[in-house]
Amino acid sequence: MISAARNPSLGAGALITGLFIAVAALAQVWTPYDPRILSIADKLRPPSAQHWFGTDQLGRDVLSMIMVGAQTSVGVALLSVLIGVCVGVPLGLLGAARRGATDEIVMRGNDLIFAFPALLLAILITAVFGPGAINAIIAIGIFNIPVFARVTRAGALQQWTKDYTLAARVSGKDPLRISWEHILPNLLGLLLVQGTIQFSLGVIAEAGLSYVGLSAQPPTPSWGRMLNEAQTLTALAPYLALFPGFAVLLFVLGLNLLGEGLRRRAGPPA
Amino acid sequence: MSAPQLLEVIDLSVAIGATRIIKNISLEVRAGEILGLVGASGSGKSMTALGIMRLLPSTASSTGITRLNGEILSSIPESRMRAIRGRDIGMVFQEPTSALNPLMRIGDQVEETVRSHRQASVAEVQSLAREALDLVGLQGEQGALDRLPYELSGGQRQRVAIAMAMVLSPQFLIADEPTTALDVITQAQVLLLLQGLVRRRNMGMILVTHDLAVIAQLADRVAVMHQGEIVEQASTAEILRRPRNAYSAALLAASELAPKRAETGQISTPAILQVQGIVREYPRKRTSLWRAAKPFRALDGVSLTVHAGETVGLVGESGSGKSSLLRVILALERAQAGEVSLLGETFSSATGATLSRLRRSIQVVFQDPYGSFDPRWTVEQLIGEPFFLSGSPPSNVERRRKVTMVLEQVGLSATDAQRLPREFSGGERQRIAIARALITEPAVIAFDEAVSALDVLIRAQVLALLADLAERLKVAYLFVSHDLHVIRAIADRVYVMQQGRIVEEGPAAAVFNSPRHAYTQALVAASPKLPVLN
Repeated sequence: MISAARNPSLGAGALITGLFIAVAALAQVWTPYDPRILSIADKLRPPSAQHWFGTDQLGRDVLSMIMVGAQTSVGVALLSVLIGVCVGVPLGLLGAARRGATDEIVMRGNDLIFAFPALLLAILITAVFGPGAINAIIAIGIFNIPVFARVTRAGALQQWTKDYTLAARVSGKDPLRISWEHILPNLLGLLLVQGTIQFSLGVIAEAGLSYVGLSAQPPTPSWGRMLNEAQTLTALAPYLALFPGFAVLLFVLGLNLLGEGLRRRAGPPA
Repeated sequence: MSAPQLLEVIDLSVAIGATRIIKNISLEVRAGEILGLVGASGSGKSMTALGIMRLLPSTASSTGITRLNGEILSSIPESRMRAIRGRDIGMVFQEPTSALNPLMRIGDQVEETVRSHRQASVAEVQSLAREALDLVGLQGEQGALDRLPYELSGGQRQRVAIAMAMVLSPQFLIADEPTTALDVITQAQVLLLLQGLVRRRNMGMILVTHDLAVIAQLADRVAVMHQGEIVEQASTAEILRRPRNAYSAALLAASELAPKRAETGQISTPAILQVQGIVREYPRKRTSLWRAAKPFRALDGVSLTVHAGETVGLVGESGSGKSSLLRVILALERAQAGEVSLLGETFSSATGATLSRLRRSIQVVFQDPYGSFDPRWTVEQLIGEPFFLSGSPPSNVERRRKVTMVLEQVGLSATDAQRLPREFSGGERQRIAIARALITEPAVIAFDEAVSALDVLIRAQVLALLADLAERLKVAYLFVSHDLHVIRAIADRVYVMQQGRIVEEGPAAAVFNSPRHAYTQALVAASPKLPVLN
């Protein structure tokens, strides 16, 4: 067991990530103000005791908006990682288990997705389904698929070189069953680390998509759109851009630290 | 007899953290003398070698005095020690592949040693390097200096490593398992080379090895290490004849694997495994756009037979096709031609239920005791895995009873069933692997170098267990190994394999005592043996 002192990134990462997830959960039941209610009289108040993070140009409480925005951010990133895991991991296992033509088709398909601009896909989905958080989840999720497929395949190929896979085949098990029973459990550490990294990339991607208006639509607040709206007011109320900006930064930093901490704990000492 | 002491080690101790891994050892080596340092893995042999060179890992701390030619090495500054390494003491490591830089020409690598110690002209450095490579027998090839490590065989690479160690004519050489990674015939050549160098140049040498037979051939004196201590130090002849310490006696006894008593008469039991005319080809990388490369033929018409209750040995060097053959026999790979039949039924092209039923009759034990088990499964789950082959899996009670039974058969206890593989030592893991092979009550078990990764003492125990199980359970073995001693100790009948073909077969005693094929003769001659002492 590695103590927290020898693996500080794990502790710090878990703390920050936990904080954001707790805030997102809290926003479900309580926020200081309702971020959907406009109050033009209170517009552009700087941070104060009543409004810790101030109010925006429509008089909405920035802290409340950030709390609800955390919900959007966590939800989109988490679901898109799930899409990536649920599709990518089986594909990676399949490629490693079957090799040959199957492997080739799976991996070249992945290359194709990798080569596709994410923004273009998001716009295409918007054209079909209309804008919304679901749109962002699908777009980011699709780009998680090849990442998980590649990581899984690489890890699985390494496991396949071990003699225990041969022993399992001598026991009459076919490669897909061995992948499920032996290989996947031995890749969980690897996937947990990759999942954390993709989570943080998902947070950034969601902020990016909502900045250009392709994610959650008003009145649901999102960090990216808050940044977009703050852009025209930077001279007047710089805190409007600072708070959501810092929220993205801190959350991503926390997730990266968590990923690094998990990697250090799972893998050989680096 | 009054040759001067070349190297003296007095009271060397090495500790990593609070664990003392070398405890107050003292050694002396005279000029022209070879000291064999022998012991099981983990006994501290390599740490001793590194301790003398002051190349210990940074987490280790050492005390004691090391003297080379009167100069105290243990207290001089690191810069001075750097000058001594390579110039006065050369070192050869076990793995020739990782000891060489894969991107550097071998000439440059040998020259590098010279340049880091001496200001010399390009021509001078080159001629030194060429001489060193001549010395290790790499001359003759025009442009040997220009070749890259991947173009050389394992034996040639080890020669390059020796050339690097010898290029500055050091007075002392430390060789850490220099031949363990090489095959038998190459091993004999490299050992002869090292011995010749030490004798001709009146150098001193410490030869670190786990193999007493290598020591017997090369060393003048032997130091036996056990758990960080030197338990006995004496002349080679004396240790081989009258070991004083109980541990060295046990080590010697375990190294002298007695040949199995020759079975009298013809084997009368029916053939249970028949392998006929197996051809296995692997595709090679295309080199031309227009036609496919000629495939590599790993197995070229191999036939062999295993009778019920018999132990058959299959000997060959690495790359001779042993492992490919085993995979074909186990129906893990399909051959391009030929047939494997098991208990009179065709196994190699069986499918579905027939395949599962036949698989129960043949099980396997692999070489690596660490890679053979899924690290997340308990021993009970691992041993019970082949139950998958029976159409109706046994009830939990029945399953537990059977696992306990095989665990006890291999000398482990029922309480081990709930533990994870990492809690066991290498020897115990091989016992678990044997238990897993026994669970389906097979007619034949294949062993792929199953004792090669084990220490001498453990190896002797596992071989004794196998002989006992064969006797009691009447199970047949197909035992694949590169080690002639092991095969000789366990096999009734032997097949010798070279480049994908069986070149000789016969009763073990006959094949080893009077080999007929030239390759078998070379193998037998090259494999190091302990002298027969009375």
